[in-house]
Amino acid sequence: MRYSALRVLKEALTGHQGWRPLWRDPDPRPSYDYIIVGGGGHGLATAYYLAKTFRQARIAVVEKGWLGSGNIGRNTTIIRSNYLLPGNEPFYEFSMKLWENLEQEFNFNAMVSQRGIVNLFHTDAQRDAYRRRGNAMLLAGADAELVEAGQLREMMPFLNFDNARFPIKGGLLQRRAGTARHDGVAWGYARGADARGVDLIQNCEVTGLHMENGRILGVETSRGYIAAKKVGVAVAGSTSLLMQLAGLRMPIESHVLQAFVSEGLKPTIPGVITFGAGHFYVSQSDKGGLVFGGDIDGYNSYAQRGNLPVIEDVVEGGMALMPMIGRARLLRTWGGIMDMSMDGSPIIDRTPIDGLYLNAGWCYGGFKATPASGYAFAHLLATDRPHETAKAYRLDRFERGYVIDEKGAGAQPNLH
Amino acid sequence: MLIPHPLLGLRDAQEFTYLGDAVLLNRPDGLAEGAPEAFNEYIYLRGNPAGVHRELWFHEQGDRSWLIVTRNTLTHEILHAELARDVALKAKAGAV
Repeated sequence: MRYSALRVLKEALTGHQGWRPLWRDPDPRPSYDYIIVGGGGHGLATAYYLAKTFRQARIAVVEKGWLGSGNIGRNTTIIRSNYLLPGNEPFYEFSMKLWENLEQEFNFNAMVSQRGIVNLFHTDAQRDAYRRRGNAMLLAGADAELVEAGQLREMMPFLNFDNARFPIKGGLLQRRAGTARHDGVAWGYARGADARGVDLIQNCEVTGLHMENGRILGVETSRGYIAAKKVGVAVAGSTSLLMQLAGLRMPIESHVLQAFVSEGLKPTIPGVITFGAGHFYVSQSDKGGLVFGGDIDGYNSYAQRGNLPVIEDVVEGGMALMPMIGRARLLRTWGGIMDMSMDGSPIIDRTPIDGLYLNAGWCYGGFKATPASGYAFAHLLATDRPHETAKAYRLDRFERGYVIDEKGAGAQPNLH
Repeated sequence: MLIPHPLLGLRDAQEFTYLGDAVLLNRPDGLAEGAPEAFNEYIYLRGNPAGVHRELWFHEQGDRSWLIVTRNTLTHEILHAELARDVALKAKAGAV
């Protein structure tokens, strides 16, 4: 079923009897050419591009819970391509370009809204660093503008510009950045993949990997054994657990990141604002809620919930940046499990096991990467060669010394 | 989270900074055979278990001791805490 304004009108006039489920709920077949483990954003996008762009068939996505039940349903919906390093920026800009055409591409309303992002700076040194970053972005074909405090005052008069510790001197603005409806992204990819014959198998947990002579032959699941020629793993925070089934130790620690939303307010925040010095970032959803977050809790966790001190810290950051939110009530907080890599950058690569491929290490920046991650992983699965923009995301880069460390924090995952 | 410090009793986890897996105590010998591989393993690879995890916490806002805390990563329940110094000395005595 193709969605259009005409279709909405027709259904409105006929009592909405014609809408159908977005995807089938099939049982697993005995074998596939490709199995994608993980029915989140990246897994679903991978299956979609594998079927559509790379014209592969006999594809299944196996998901432990329901589709989109992990971090694609838990993030703060920001899309941007404002990275510095040459290993990262072309990839994220490729993702940004895919975002810009995403809704037309999969005929689903992902509510992509390019409302802009501002990274605030507070010192001359930070201004220089952001100018350098902006130039790196321009070189990679992205957009970037350095805005000074005067211009920011017009755009966002509610900010506390004269904070004694962190006075706002300006910011790096990327106008093409913004937000998207995170669940809609998962649903759009799932619907598009299903329509092209991909089996989306839910409530199907992978419990073992069947390997012989260093080659993968299939996966053991809670719904029986499924044979596969190639297996792609895109399971975010559970990466270490799954790869352990293949006897591999990962350069990853799992950490909990919390996010927050306030009660619905009238439109007040024009785009996305990040206040790195105060460990706080915020945007406003279309429903009016202020969606915000801060740092990870900082200790290994698989609990999908965090602790109160980080909530206090994030809210303090918010109050320091924009005191006007002091009377807004916090509606909900939640947590997701991040696969924090040793350099803060992701991995899209083959593994030492033939036929087993890995997509992991997205830290807390996986949402914006969803389209490019799916595209690049599908490229790797279909052609056995890395996508042009994802060549640096090798699994063995740590051993070889080719880390992509945006923050320069070293092999300390809770600092990235 | 409250960490049962062996000398100071229950202390708020906010007083501590977190380093990571307690295997970081066992720094490889840089002059030994296969040192590059051992250091890759030591610096970059982690067990990252879901469940009981032994990890290093530094009492930065307190007595500045290093602790090895045994904690469940699925529930955040803290099972045990001991001075990292004691563990390291015991390991050294065992090795000799």
